[in-house]
Amino acid sequence: RRLCILKGIYPHEPKHKKKVNKGSTAPRTFYLLKDIKFLLHEPIVNKFREYKVFVRKLRKAYGKSEWGTVERLKDNKPTYRLDHIVKERYPTFTDALRDLDDALSMCFLFSTFPRTGKCHVQTVQLCRRLAVEFQNYVIASRSLRKVFLSIKGIYYQAEVQGQPITWITPYAFAHDHPTDVDYRVMATFTEFYTTLLGFVNFRLYHSLNLLYPPKIDSQAEDGLKPAEGKEYAMDSESNLERLSALSASLARAVAPAHEDEVEMDEFPVEGETAELMDAKKKEQEALEKHKKLFEGLRFFLNREVPREPLAFIIRCFGGQVSWDRSLCIGATYDATDPSITHHIIDRPRVDKQVVGRYYLQPQWVFDSVNAKLCLPVAEYFPGVLLPPHLSPFVTEKEGDYVPPEKLKLLALQRGENPDEESQEEEEEEEEEEGDNDKEEEEEEDESEKEEEMKLQKMEEQKMEEQKTQNKKVLPVKVTAGKVRVEDKQRLEQEQQSEEKRLAIMMMKKREKYLYKKIMFGKKRKIREANKLAEKRKAHDAALKEQKKKNKKARQA
Amino acid sequence: PSPFSRCFPPSQDIRNTVGNIPMEWYQDFPHVGYDLEGRRIYKPLRSKDELDLFLERMENPEYWRTVQHRQTGSELVLSEEQLELIQRLQRGNFGDVNFDPYEPSVDFFSHEVRIHPVTNRPADKRSFIPSLVEKEKVSKLVHAIKMGWIQPRKPKENIPTFYDLWAREDPNSILGRHKMHVPAPKIPLPGHAESYNPPPEFLLSPEEKLAWEQQEPAERRLSFIPQKFRSLRAVPAYSRFIQERFERCLDLYLCPRQRRMRVNVDPEDLIPKLPKPRDLQPFPTTQALVYRGHSSLVRTLSVSPSGQWLVSGSDDGSVRLWEVSSARCLRTVPVGSTVRSVAWNPNPGICLVAVAVDEQVLLVNPGLGDRLLVAATDQLLDSWEAPQEERIQPVQWIPAGPEERAKGIRLLVQHGKEVSQVTWHPKGDYWASVTRGPGSRRVLIHQSSRRWSQDPFRKIPGMIQCVQFHPVRPYFLVASQRSVRVYNLLRQELSRKLQSNCQWISSMAVHPGGDNVICGSYDSKLAWFDLDLSTRPYRLLRHHRRALRSVAFHRRYPLFASGSDDGTVIVCHGMVYNDLLQNALLVPLKVLKGHVPTLDLGVLDVAFHPQQPWIFSAGADGTLRLYT
Repeated sequence: RRLCILKGIYPHEPKHKKKVNKGSTAPRTFYLLKDIKFLLHEPIVNKFREYKVFVRKLRKAYGKSEWGTVERLKDNKPTYRLDHIVKERYPTFTDALRDLDDALSMCFLFSTFPRTGKCHVQTVQLCRRLAVEFQNYVIASRSLRKVFLSIKGIYYQAEVQGQPITWITPYAFAHDHPTDVDYRVMATFTEFYTTLLGFVNFRLYHSLNLLYPPKIDSQAEDGLKPAEGKEYAMDSESNLERLSALSASLARAVAPAHEDEVEMDEFPVEGETAELMDAKKKEQEALEKHKKLFEGLRFFLNREVPREPLAFIIRCFGGQVSWDRSLCIGATYDATDPSITHHIIDRPRVDKQVVGRYYLQPQWVFDSVNAKLCLPVAEYFPGVLLPPHLSPFVTEKEGDYVPPEKLKLLALQRGENPDEESQEEEEEEEEEEGDNDKEEEEEEDESEKEEEMKLQKMEEQKMEEQKTQNKKVLPVKVTAGKVRVEDKQRLEQEQQSEEKRLAIMMMKKREKYLYKKIMFGKKRKIREANKLAEKRKAHDAALKEQKKKNKKARQA
Repeated sequence: PSPFSRCFPPSQDIRNTVGNIPMEWYQDFPHVGYDLEGRRIYKPLRSKDELDLFLERMENPEYWRTVQHRQTGSELVLSEEQLELIQRLQRGNFGDVNFDPYEPSVDFFSHEVRIHPVTNRPADKRSFIPSLVEKEKVSKLVHAIKMGWIQPRKPKENIPTFYDLWAREDPNSILGRHKMHVPAPKIPLPGHAESYNPPPEFLLSPEEKLAWEQQEPAERRLSFIPQKFRSLRAVPAYSRFIQERFERCLDLYLCPRQRRMRVNVDPEDLIPKLPKPRDLQPFPTTQALVYRGHSSLVRTLSVSPSGQWLVSGSDDGSVRLWEVSSARCLRTVPVGSTVRSVAWNPNPGICLVAVAVDEQVLLVNPGLGDRLLVAATDQLLDSWEAPQEERIQPVQWIPAGPEERAKGIRLLVQHGKEVSQVTWHPKGDYWASVTRGPGSRRVLIHQSSRRWSQDPFRKIPGMIQCVQFHPVRPYFLVASQRSVRVYNLLRQELSRKLQSNCQWISSMAVHPGGDNVICGSYDSKLAWFDLDLSTRPYRLLRHHRRALRSVAFHRRYPLFASGSDDGTVIVCHGMVYNDLLQNALLVPLKVLKGHVPTLDLGVLDVAFHPQQPWIFSAGADGTLRLYT
């Protein structure tokens, strides 16, 4: 089993199941014969055997309490390396990058495990180190693209050398270890993944001209030294801690003259494709802009905010970040620093506000990153009901359900009426304050109108959807219309649908099956979209009613 | 001795000699033991009751220090020293007053070397001279080292754990195995519903939540319940995180992988392009007339060759004759039993209807239409003369009595078995009948003018469902349960056998051109055979939802129809081309509804009008319907 995991050998589904299985259709798993033969020649098999023998000898020595032998055996413990397997499974670097998703998720999970119990301490430490190194690389190369707060954990998507890499980290809580999980399997996977990730990290660091066992930039180090010199005795540990603080930039192996070179390199590439140049240039510009999203902003993280993900994201987009000195090492400036522009806070109220900075909830950072622009801050003040957090991984196709927030966001990205929302927001705030009744009413009417417009839009959209659906699928039953023109249309449609039904009768069995399957899938999709839209409508209506009631209560 | 024995004042020397035994053993005796002389020691006279105890406690100042001696039962008053001892013990001190636990200790065995030895034992000799055993061991080791058997430990090689693995990567050196490699699919990316703060419509309503909980974990569409949290602070850890990673691991190394071609077809392309029904007119489209009159299900119907009359046979034991154009019932011929089949003579010069009732076939002259024709028919039947020598016939030909003759019945053909179908030869003289039940003589061919019957087959395998005469050539088609056999009547041999691919054939019709046959079956299939093409069906249509009961071809138009138990008649366009290279074109044209399914039966028989593109259908609801 271990060998299969390490070598990445998996069963195949044969093309002719019956032929392979000697006529029976009982479910069995089939491996390729070649794969199994290939396992036999693996040099690591011998290493495994040696290890088995070693364990046996050791047990014997313990049993006879020959401590000298135990020591000698332990000294000569056979080790094995997985380099050649990594190289064999991923002949090119791109292949390795493509398969990095699982490796990263696993490493991030293992690095959160406690130091006792389920797996070796060395594994946990190694995972932690590799994960931190990778994060530092992402910061240095500014390759993070999307982040998503889900109920399972935080998803990140980075683009490394053109390959999208997605990984998930759990929230920083202690795990309750499930009993139905075989940790040995996970450990074997992790063993391979750590090796892979180490090599990938090495290569990535060198591609950026960074030193590989990463070192913090010397000037930054000077700044840090005096602060934690007393507290941390062990040098290696503190080194890792400082790295994981993610606050300082990394030391470069070569003087930082190479940035200009990169720019130079990019131009000829663009020049080659003449017709796509404009589009590409635009994209490039957008990307550059996205990369420098938080450039020049100074953030401060309050104590209750999850520090690591936020620091990681902000640093990825060029922002400066600091936190409370007691929280973790690596804090660069204090909460009282007047140059702070954004203060990330996750409590319902702020005790004492400092003028000149925004107090925001952490979702603002995530939403801004996903929207590729700094969103208006009004909706994210502490204590305010947050707007829904949408998944950046969903790209709506035609006919899918698009939540209205997404529509708003798209409009914002296009640069259309970005004021509308803020106005609304302001209006609502004013309503809450409840000062001027008349104005308020007018404004509310306006907002209601707007809402109605939105509803209408949604209805139209739905109607369209229904229409398309009808055209596609169902025999039409348009609500009664006595006008002749409609009747004609209806007749025509009926005729068409009947023709279609008759034609479907003539389809061959296999095609009919396929057709029915496709149509079923389509219908289900439409049904689900309609259901979501309906739910949304009901929710909006309920919300509106609630608002009205509140208002009446206030007036009374 | 008992623990108290020590503190006895020596003056009261009443020794109990029983020894250290449980005193319960003397519970039932008046004494508690024996003294030194062997006399009994008696218990105090009686145990004191509450009142005595109380009084004593009040009066006796020594009461609190009085205890009862366990062995003698006498009372003792504790002395001052004894009390003190007890108190010390209670405090946890030593019993001896003079003992001091905190004396300064003198350590005899300290690190300091004293001038005097602790023991006076003289030193061993072996402590002066070097050990021989050790010498031997050392010499062995030295020898081993000299011989190179023992080597110093190798210093650990310091290979860097990570280096540039892909430094010399060569895209051409990819192994062949990697061509077979199926990369694992990536984990699907999360949607809006997985957000910690999703839009409200993605949250599940209570009913949906209940449904989610009742579903099997494998068939859930979402593996989690969407939840909404007010702030990031409130989000808890996901309890199934490790499990999900583990499942992914298992998938990676245990799940069989297969390359699948994603079917990316527009469903519209799958629908075959057929000519529009509008272009294939004429065909029956609407229900024009309903013929009511039968009180039970109408099993069978037949149209006269002129297209003016219609005859139907029903389960209520009557045969009715209708005028097609007005839906009037012109005559009713009671026959007394279930009518299995009726067939109008296809010869326009003869006005005769064959009716299969029970075990006999009636030849009925309906007496409709041209008088001359009616008379000629009668004459034809009556002109028969009995041949000189009687030939043995499988059936009995009985001329009708006067009563029956008044009803129109001319001849009765007694079969002896239940007759299920009659059908005429297109010339109008011969007809064939099918009987039910086991044994031979299930298919008989009769000649009505000579009153002569014969059994063409010596042996027929299987159950006979229906028979048909070939419209052009001297062929005879017999449909058994699974297949259709085509016999050549002239040569008297089996010319071919058509395999229908159906479970149970119910009906059959022959194209007027004679090269195509359709078969309806009870498993709701319709098989179109092209006799020139193969013995397998050219096309199997599964357009009905229930069993097919009857099929029919139109004589002039390229139409065929099928009636089914789901109460519908489907009219199809079945164009047969003259050149052999072009296959027949089959297009369903119209689904005709109207019959109400009763008793799980819908349409029992269909027949086309001989000239017009009209179709008649007989239903289980006791009506006949005409669609034009």
